Amino acid sequence: MARVYISSVIGAPADRIWQTVRDFNALPDWVPAVRESRIEGGQPSDQVGCVRAFRLEDGGFLRERLLALSDYDYSVTYAILESPMGVQNYIATLKLMPVTDGGRTFAEWTAEFDCDPAAEADLVANIGNGVFQAAFDALKVRFGS
Amino acid sequence: MIRVVRSTVIDAPVAAVWEILRDFNGHDRWHPIVRRSMLEDSKRTDQVGCVRNFDLEDGANVRERLLSLSDSERRFRYSIVAADVPLRNYVAEVRLKPVTDGDRTFWHWSSTFNTPPGQERELAALVATEVYEAGFAAVRARVERPTGGNRRTWDAAAAAPAVRQGAGAAIEGTAIVIDRHGGAEELHPQPAEAPPPGPSQVRLRQTAVGVNYIDVYCRTGYFDLLDPPGVPGLEAAGVVVDVGANVGHLAPGQRVAYACPPLGAYASVRTMDAGLVIPLPDHIDDETAAAGLLKGVTAEFLLHRVHAVAPGETVLVYAPAGGVGRILCQWANRLGATVIGATSTDEKARVGRAAGAHHVIVPGERSLEEQVRDLTDGHGADVIYDAVGRDSFAHSVAALAVRGHLVSFGQASGDIGPQDISMLAGCSATLSRPNYVHYTDTPEKFGASADRLFDAVQRRIVTIEIGQRFALENAADAHRALEGRATTGSTVLIPGPIQDGQGEAES
Repeated sequence: MARVYISSVIGAPADRIWQTVRDFNALPDWVPAVRESRIEGGQPSDQVGCVRAFRLEDGGFLRERLLALSDYDYSVTYAILESPMGVQNYIATLKLMPVTDGGRTFAEWTAEFDCDPAAEADLVANIGNGVFQAAFDALKVRFGS
Repeated sequence: MIRVVRSTVIDAPVAAVWEILRDFNGHDRWHPIVRRSMLEDSKRTDQVGCVRNFDLEDGANVRERLLSLSDSERRFRYSIVAADVPLRNYVAEVRLKPVTDGDRTFWHWSSTFNTPPGQERELAALVATEVYEAGFAAVRARVERPTGGNRRTWDAAAAAPAVRQGAGAAIEGTAIVIDRHGGAEELHPQPAEAPPPGPSQVRLRQTAVGVNYIDVYCRTGYFDLLDPPGVPGLEAAGVVVDVGANVGHLAPGQRVAYACPPLGAYASVRTMDAGLVIPLPDHIDDETAAAGLLKGVTAEFLLHRVHAVAPGETVLVYAPAGGVGRILCQWANRLGATVIGATSTDEKARVGRAAGAHHVIVPGERSLEEQVRDLTDGHGADVIYDAVGRDSFAHSVAALAVRGHLVSFGQASGDIGPQDISMLAGCSATLSRPNYVHYTDTPEKFGASADRLFDAVQRRIVTIEIGQRFALENAADAHRALEGRATTGSTVLIPGPIQDGQGEAES
């Protein structure tokens, strides 16, 4: 089981950042690598169980299912159903926690998955730095660091 | 039910913060409101179920039980068992998470509790600010890295113009000269030259100069170390300009430091014997080296060579808030000793506790030896580091454990004078009077000592706090501040801009 953990501090209150990241269909608005996204079956994007189908800037296509969403915990958990990355049993959680000291937000993004052992190091680095940290960097640009 | 949550970000790796926080009984070493803490029933600090029994600075007593402890989640929970404060059903959680973006720490501290009617707001504010936020500030002060602005480094490019002046030319700079023994006003800047290095010599451009109290004694003539006219100062850091023949361990452009006689460190340029000049690792910045080498190396040989402090020993340190004393407390604590500080004021006691003293005593109505015996169930101190001298010597002997070791390494209160060694028979005591020079006078001795110090600094066992910086030209002001007890931590002098304009100016 491979594990990715990336965390950062973003310079705005958690409730503001949550408005952006809670929308399961809004990846193109804030994750640089995502070009377009839609929710299958016309379901609302906060309906637990809904599936987002999205395309990356490099052409890659993914489908992910919303497993859990908590406005109380500022947390969203999802699983990959289909991807070009060569991962199995991929489950990820993005969670925000308020930093009371200064009205900032602690953001952490974890993922666990199975994969070919030879590809694990590259996958962990690409997901951690190329996706999660890049997304946090984009939030820091938008909201302050 | 009231819920209080406070969180912050500490600019230090999560492991460093967790190392401090996971010690359930260690809060009296860092939290400003905790005066003294002990574990009940001889339990261990990481034994789930243990109860810490502690007194606050205002006199209130609190007992708290460790409910859970997780090193994998870096989290623990605890509850109040009994308290002189009306917090009922109080359960709190401390949790750390790594901030991978910048190798920092997110610290979340929360609790739920009930209060008597009408006291909700007041007690919630007390917990949030006096306990949680004050704790954040105290730990932050202990572990955060020095800010980038404090780092002064020289690279080879900055030093290159000086090298191009030619091997035969002296480099001009500034030195602080004393023409006669006397007050601070006798320290005055004067143009000075650093000649090309001869065999086994090195020429330095200095970037930071350490100020020690011994410099005052040299200036006044109390110590017969400086025969005017002369330049005081024992330690500095800088960059190598060039080296003479037979110098293999240094090269132009290298960052270096020294802490040794002969005097002469109060200068912007210096040519000196290369033997005791050591390269600095990247993680030790120039000011830290200049501020901490003499004191840190002193603490190193006192704790490791004069007496090898072992886990479980009781160590008594005088002046735990002082330069060497603070480092002795930090380091002895991490060596596993029980550290007792002895000082004169509550404020200094607070600094000593923050440095790692488990107990700090302020001798007054009850003598030092009585208080040490009380704290050690009559055992006494296994080793005593005493730089007070005349006023403390007899008390130190009386506070020793059987076969204890009294290390007298200074005489701030005056010479000890003749003593009858039969007094040592009362507890089969060992007495040492170490001299810095004899532990540091070869590259092997000094290098080994400095390496161990640098390692301890990197691992944050020892912290060097720079309280104030003065331009080299204003060395007299630095001495006035030191003698006026207006300084905190270490003091450094910063040489001004160098002639070719490559240096960093310091106002």
